[in-house]
Amino acid sequence: MDITELTVHELKEKLDNKEITYAEVTKAYVNRINEKEKDIEAFVTNLGEEAIQKSIEIQERLKNGENLGEYAGIPIGLKDNMCTKGIKTTCSSKMLENFISPYDGTVVNKVINEENMINLGKLNMDEFAMGSSTENSAFKKTKNPWDLSKVPGGSSGGSAAAVAADMVPWALGSDTGGSIRQPASLCGVVGLKPTYGLVSRYGLVAFASSLDQIGPITKDVKDAAILLSLIAGHDEKDSTSMDMPKKDYTKALKNNVKGLKIGVPKEFFGEGIDKEVKEALNKAIDKYKELGAIVEETSLNVAEYSLATYYIIACAEASSNLGRFDGIRYGYRTKNFTNLKEIYNNSRSEGFGAEVKRRIILGTYVLSSGYYDAYYKKAQQVRTLVKNEFERNFEKYDVILTPTSPITAFKIGEKSENPLEMYLSDICTVSVNIAGLPGLSIPCGVDSRGLPIGMQLIGKAFDEETILNAGYTYEQATNFRENYKPTFKKGGNS
Amino acid sequence: MAVPGALPVLNEKVVEYAVKAGLATNCTISRDSKNDRKNYFYPDLPKSYQISQFDKPLCEHGYVEIEVDGKKKKIGLTRIHIEEDAGKLNHDEYGRGSLVDLNRAGVPLIEIVSEPDMRSTEEADKYLRKIKSILEYIEVSDCKMLEGSLRADVNVSVRKKEQKEYGTRTEMKNMNSFKSISRAIGYEIERQIEVVENGGKVEQETLRWDEVSGKTFSMRDKEDAQDYRYFPEPDLVAIRLSEEYIENIRNNLPELPETRKERYLKEYKLTEKEAKTITASKYLSDFFEEAIEICHNPKAVSNWLLSDVARIMNEMELEPDEIPFEAKDLAELVELIEKGTISSKIAKDVLEKLFENPEKPSKIIKDNGWVQISDEGAIKEVVQKIISENPKSVEDFRNGKDRALGFLVGQAMKETKGKANPQMLNTMFKDLMR
Repeated sequence: MDITELTVHELKEKLDNKEITYAEVTKAYVNRINEKEKDIEAFVTNLGEEAIQKSIEIQERLKNGENLGEYAGIPIGLKDNMCTKGIKTTCSSKMLENFISPYDGTVVNKVINEENMINLGKLNMDEFAMGSSTENSAFKKTKNPWDLSKVPGGSSGGSAAAVAADMVPWALGSDTGGSIRQPASLCGVVGLKPTYGLVSRYGLVAFASSLDQIGPITKDVKDAAILLSLIAGHDEKDSTSMDMPKKDYTKALKNNVKGLKIGVPKEFFGEGIDKEVKEALNKAIDKYKELGAIVEETSLNVAEYSLATYYIIACAEASSNLGRFDGIRYGYRTKNFTNLKEIYNNSRSEGFGAEVKRRIILGTYVLSSGYYDAYYKKAQQVRTLVKNEFERNFEKYDVILTPTSPITAFKIGEKSENPLEMYLSDICTVSVNIAGLPGLSIPCGVDSRGLPIGMQLIGKAFDEETILNAGYTYEQATNFRENYKPTFKKGGNS
Repeated sequence: MAVPGALPVLNEKVVEYAVKAGLATNCTISRDSKNDRKNYFYPDLPKSYQISQFDKPLCEHGYVEIEVDGKKKKIGLTRIHIEEDAGKLNHDEYGRGSLVDLNRAGVPLIEIVSEPDMRSTEEADKYLRKIKSILEYIEVSDCKMLEGSLRADVNVSVRKKEQKEYGTRTEMKNMNSFKSISRAIGYEIERQIEVVENGGKVEQETLRWDEVSGKTFSMRDKEDAQDYRYFPEPDLVAIRLSEEYIENIRNNLPELPETRKERYLKEYKLTEKEAKTITASKYLSDFFEEAIEICHNPKAVSNWLLSDVARIMNEMELEPDEIPFEAKDLAELVELIEKGTISSKIAKDVLEKLFENPEKPSKIIKDNGWVQISDEGAIKEVVQKIISENPKSVEDFRNGKDRALGFLVGQAMKETKGKANPQMLNTMFKDLMR
C-alpha cells in the first residue's frame, strides 16, 4: 500500500485502525514531494521539514489524549494567496515575493490552528490568481502530472497538480472564474467552488471580491465534502459570508440519483468545445440516465455574455484591490525613484507581471468616467440576467451539467501569447461565479492522449449537498481513480 | 494598513450617528443605502481606495437655520453620508517633506455636505457653529476641532453681482478651527475677486491654508484631474434600515438647542438673548443646568456665565468645554453671595482664582481671608471711624445729599478691603448719622 495514493477518508480509516501512524503519513508525503517536486514544481514554499516535526508533535499530543480536531495530523497544501502567519504569502508575484502575513486568514485558522492539520507548504498559482494555466507565476511553471509538457490549468494549478501527483492528500484553492474547477479538470481531480458567501474570504488576498471563493481540491468527492464541512461557516470578519447552520456535507452523499433532475444547457456544447470533451460528457449523461436521473436539454441563453461580463467585473474589482500594492508599506519597492509618483509607477511596473498589468489597465478603463455606464454598469446588468437565467433553470432542475473546460490540458506556452484564447478556457466556469452558485468539477474520462476530462455540476445557491451527491454517485459508478492514473510522462505527443 | 486579505466590516454606530444627524437636520433618511469605493493613489490612503457613499447616501435634502441680521435663513444640506477616514499628513513647515500618520485611517466618520447657500464669511461661520452645536447636542461628536473630531472642507467661489451661475470653486480641506476658517474664506474671497477683476480665471483646485502666512497655496498637481472610479464596495453588503430602526432613533433624539432655548424662556424666565447664548453651546448649557440644579438661581447663574465668565473666557480664548472649573463651583459661588458670606465684588476675585487654579470657592475664600464681615460690632466700629474722619460728608448727608452715603460706604469698604457686608454698612451709616 502506498500511503500517498490514499484519499483522506481512507487515510483516516487506517489511522483510526492504527494500521499507520501520523508521522508515517506526513513522512510519506514529504518523501513524495522530494521525489516529484523537480518534475511538477507545485510548491512556492515547501514546509516539508517543519511538517515532519509537527506530525511527531501531533502524534504525541493525540497519544496523550488531547482533544485535537478530527482531522488533526492530516497534511494539507494551501494556495499561496491564503494568508499564513509567519510563512510567506506571495500570490506567486514578485510584488509579494517576501511578504509575510502578520495573521492567519479565517480558513487557514480553521484548518491549521483549530483542526491541527499539517501545512505541507504554499502552492503555486497564476500571479494574484489571474490566469488559467499557472504560467503567470513569477517563480515557476507548474507541470501537469498527466503530461509534463502540459499546463495544470489555473489559477490554482499548484494545488490541483500537487493533489493529482499525490504530493498532498488534499489542498485548498480559490476560484474567481474557474480557478479551482478548471485546474481540477485538467489534472483529473475533484474541485469544488462553494456558493459565494459560504466560506469566509478573510485572509484571502483579494482578486475580485464579489467573485472570489475558497474551496477544496481533493482526490474524490467524499474528501471534498469533508473539507468543505471544515471550512464553511459565517465569519464576522467577512460581511459577505452568510450566517447559516453548520453542516456535515458527507451526510449528503447518498449514492443515489434516482429522480434527480439534471439540465444540460446546449450552449455549453457548441462551438469551441473539443469533440472528445463532448463525447466524454455525453457518456456521463448516459451514465446518469442509467443511474435513474432525469436528464434534459435546456438553455442558458445569456451564457455567451458571461465571459465578457466576468472580465469586466473581475478586472474592475482587481484594479481597485491591487491598488494597495504601491511600494510603500510592504511588498516590492523599486530602487529607482526620485519622487512619490515614481515609487508608485516603477514599483508597480517592475513588481507586477504582464497579465496582472493587463487586467489592472482593463479594470481601470471600465470604471473610468465616461466608460462606466457602457462597461461596468452594463456588466452588472448582465450579471443580474445571468442570475435570473440560472434561477429560471433551477425551477425545473436540481443540477445543471456542463463540461468544466472546453479543452483538455494544453501545452505550456501554447496560449500564453494569446490572452483572449486563454480567457476562453474559463468559458464554462465563469457564469457560475457571476451567479454566485456552487460548482463541482469531477473527472469523467480521458481523451485520446490520456488527458483528463472534467464534468461540472452546478447547483442552487447553498445547495452544495445536491451536487456533491450527484458527483459522488457518478464517481462510485465509474471509478475514475481506479481506471486512470497520472503518468508523469515527459513531452506529450501533440 | 490595508494588509493583504483583510476585509472591512460596517460600523453600526456610524450608521446610527448619520441617521441621528440626519433627523436633527431635517433630512430624508434613505431606507436603502450602500457603500462605494472611491479610488485614488495618495499617501494618506493605504488601500488606494476610500470606502464612502456615492449615489445612495444615508441622508439627503436637509437644512439648518441660522440668523442673519435678525432674520432666519435656511442653509440646505445636500446629504449626509458615512465613510472611512484617511490617514493624516503632517506637512513639514519648512518643506522638508511630509509624514504620514495612519492611526485614524479606516476610522468611520460622517460627512455633512451643504448646499452653496452661504454668502459671506459670517454666514459660513454661523452655519458651522450651528452644525457643531447640533452635533454636540445629539452626542454624535464631541466636536473637538483641534483633535480633528470636527473638520471642514471649505469651498469658496465668487461671482459678479449680475451673474446667475456660481463661479469656479476652490476647496480647502481638513480645516480645524473657526478662526482659520474665517480667515481663509476671507482671504480666498479677496484672492478670487482679484483674479476675476484682472481678467483671469479661477482654477478649480484643492488649496492648502497656511496659518502662518495667512495665505492659501495650491496643493495637488492640477494635471491630476481626479477620476475616482467609484463603484459599489463588494466587500460590504447593502444597508437597509427598517422603519422601526429610524423611528426608534427619532424618538430617542436628545433635546435640540432650539427646544432647549424655548424651555429656558418659559421655565427660567431668561431673556431671549440669554437663552440663545447659553444654549448655543451644549457644554455651556449643560453647565448652566447642572449649576442651577444645585443653587436654584437661574438668573444669577446666567448673569455670571454671560458677564464675568464670558469675559474671562474671551480674554483667555477658551471654548466653553475648556472652562477649568465645574458647574458646582459656580453654584457654590452664587450660594455664598446669597448667604452673605462674600460680597459680589469678592466673588469676582474668587472667579478669577477659579480660572487660574480651580478649587472649591469656599476654600479659596478661606485661604485668602475673604470672608465677609457681617459682625455687627465690627461693622459699627468701622462706621464710627469713617464718620469721625469725614465730617464734611456726614454734614452733606444730613443736608439731604444722598450721594454722600455712597462715598462713606465706599470708604468703609476700602478700610475693610471689600470684606464688609454692604447692606449692613448702609443700614449702620443711616442709623448712626441720624
